[in-house]
Amino acid sequence: MAGKKSWTWITTPLLTIAFFAAWKGYVYWFDVSPFILPAPEKVLIAVWHLLHEELIFNHIRVTMTETLVGFFFASVIGVGLGVLLGKVHWLEKALNPFIVATQVVPKIALVPLFIVWFGFGITSKVIIAAVLAFFPILTNTLLGIKSLDAGHRDVMASINASRWDTFRHLDLPSAMPYILTGMEVGIVLATIGAVVGEYLGGNEGLGFLAVDTMAAFEVDALFGVIILLTLLGFGLYACVVALRRVLTPWHESVQVHRPKDN
Amino acid sequence: MNAETSGIGVEAVTKIYPSDAGPIHALEAVDLRVKRGEFVVLLGPSGCGKTTLLRLMGGLLSPTNGDIRVSGRSLWRNGERDAAVSREMGMVFQDANLIPWYSIEKNIALPLQLRGINKSTRTEKAHELCDLVGISGFEKRWPRELSGGMRQRAAIARALSYDPNILLMDEPFGALDAMTRDSMNLELQRIWMTSGCTIVLVTHSIPEAVFLADRIILMTPRPGRIDRILDVNFERPRELDLSASVEFQEIAKNLRHRLEEIS
Ligand SMILES: Nc1ncnc2c1ncn2[C@@H]1O[C@H](COP(=O)(O)OP(=O)(O)OP(=O)(O)O)[C@@H](O)[C@H]1O
Ligand SMILES: [Mg+2]
Repeated sequence: MAGKKSWTWITTPLLTIAFFAAWKGYVYWFDVSPFILPAPEKVLIAVWHLLHEELIFNHIRVTMTETLVGFFFASVIGVGLGVLLGKVHWLEKALNPFIVATQVVPKIALVPLFIVWFGFGITSKVIIAAVLAFFPILTNTLLGIKSLDAGHRDVMASINASRWDTFRHLDLPSAMPYILTGMEVGIVLATIGAVVGEYLGGNEGLGFLAVDTMAAFEVDALFGVIILLTLLGFGLYACVVALRRVLTPWHESVQVHRPKDN
Repeated sequence: MNAETSGIGVEAVTKIYPSDAGPIHALEAVDLRVKRGEFVVLLGPSGCGKTTLLRLMGGLLSPTNGDIRVSGRSLWRNGERDAAVSREMGMVFQDANLIPWYSIEKNIALPLQLRGINKSTRTEKAHELCDLVGISGFEKRWPRELSGGMRQRAAIARALSYDPNILLMDEPFGALDAMTRDSMNLELQRIWMTSGCTIVLVTHSIPEAVFLADRIILMTPRPGRIDRILDVNFERPRELDLSASVEFQEIAKNLRHRLEEIS
């Protein structure tokens, strides 16, 4: 495991440098218009300027808040409903057609509608982020709860575990790797939802800033905003991935280390 | 408590599994009385209903007809398992079924934790049990870091943690190599003799049955019934060398012949 890690410590920076070099080379040799693709150093300068703008941290904060609040609600409701449907068989059967129907609706197409319903403020973006993040969390939780090992259930029955004990010691932890997979997809979709919401309405957030810079033909700055968005999305995703280590240290997907007991 | 009511009573139990291809008659009118402190082994060809009978005794299944009584009390009342009765029983399955997110120690102590025993007491008990089943030093490991035999020992320790009066075991050593199996048989005999509990064990292995049992229940399939009951009267504690003796070989041979006839 340690060997693998030190290996990526070299390749990741190398590939990043190669990417920027290819970008620079393309712009330089093919004489690309700066309105189509500015040179990488221009973009880095634009990021530098962006970070010195008065309102930039407000924009970042707004996008992050929308994403996290939306993601929070999606997680709570998604996990809650997933557990409920996984445990109550008839309810899942009854609701399944509607879940499938709502899943196939292209949610992005609903974004204008949410803005009409909930206004140009932060609320509509939170709701968009939540709606997008909700489904993968729900379906993965449901799958996790239903993938319970029959042998483990027998053990819990043989030691007279109550329903609550069984849920606490068995159902929830065994569904946890699935829930985390759903949350990893969910946090990415929540970020997308918040930004798309900002494209379409309001005057705050990195999505708004992207549209704003585009309207002013500040292509350097637009690329700068995209880089900030990428970093934000990456940071949020990394936090959720880190949860895996904390919540499921016993799982094969996590390297071996001793349980601390309890 | 007199001999009539203590132990396990299986009274005219029939078990029919519903299935898409029509009902499956797993057990037909089985009567069996397991005395308190007795070591009973269920033996029979595959599909004769050994697991079904054991799960019925443990209350993991309810009988279609008939009654299961433990220490004189009915295991099932109005479609609900009587917790006071099933609390006295411990089960060991063919797979260890340890909970992967708990350390070995915590797995073993889980039944105690559910009973509200405080942490220091149950940790101490878990250590004692690890010692008893021969896996001390592995208390803090994850289950996936143990070998199959060690996991099975941990599963036995878990079933013993709350000092059950009755231990039900479904092919607990089926996945082990012959050497480990022999030593586990010796250990099981020792645990049984020190604890004085009642054991019902399912096995496919004739030597294992003869070595461990006070009585062997031979079962026949389609539908599952008791074919015959065999007393095994060797002295305790039995040594592994016993299996080389003429009497042992004779019993094993008779069982093998009868098994070939019925399967
Ligand atoms: N859950 C179930 N649903 C339907 N049929 C079942 C179920 N469990 C067992 N059976 C059937 O009941 C019969 C007895 O099964 P059981 O598992 O008790 O046999 P067994 O003696 O334990 O066999 P083995 O030695 O192979 O473990 C078999 O015919 C089996 O197909
Ligand atoms: Mg079986």
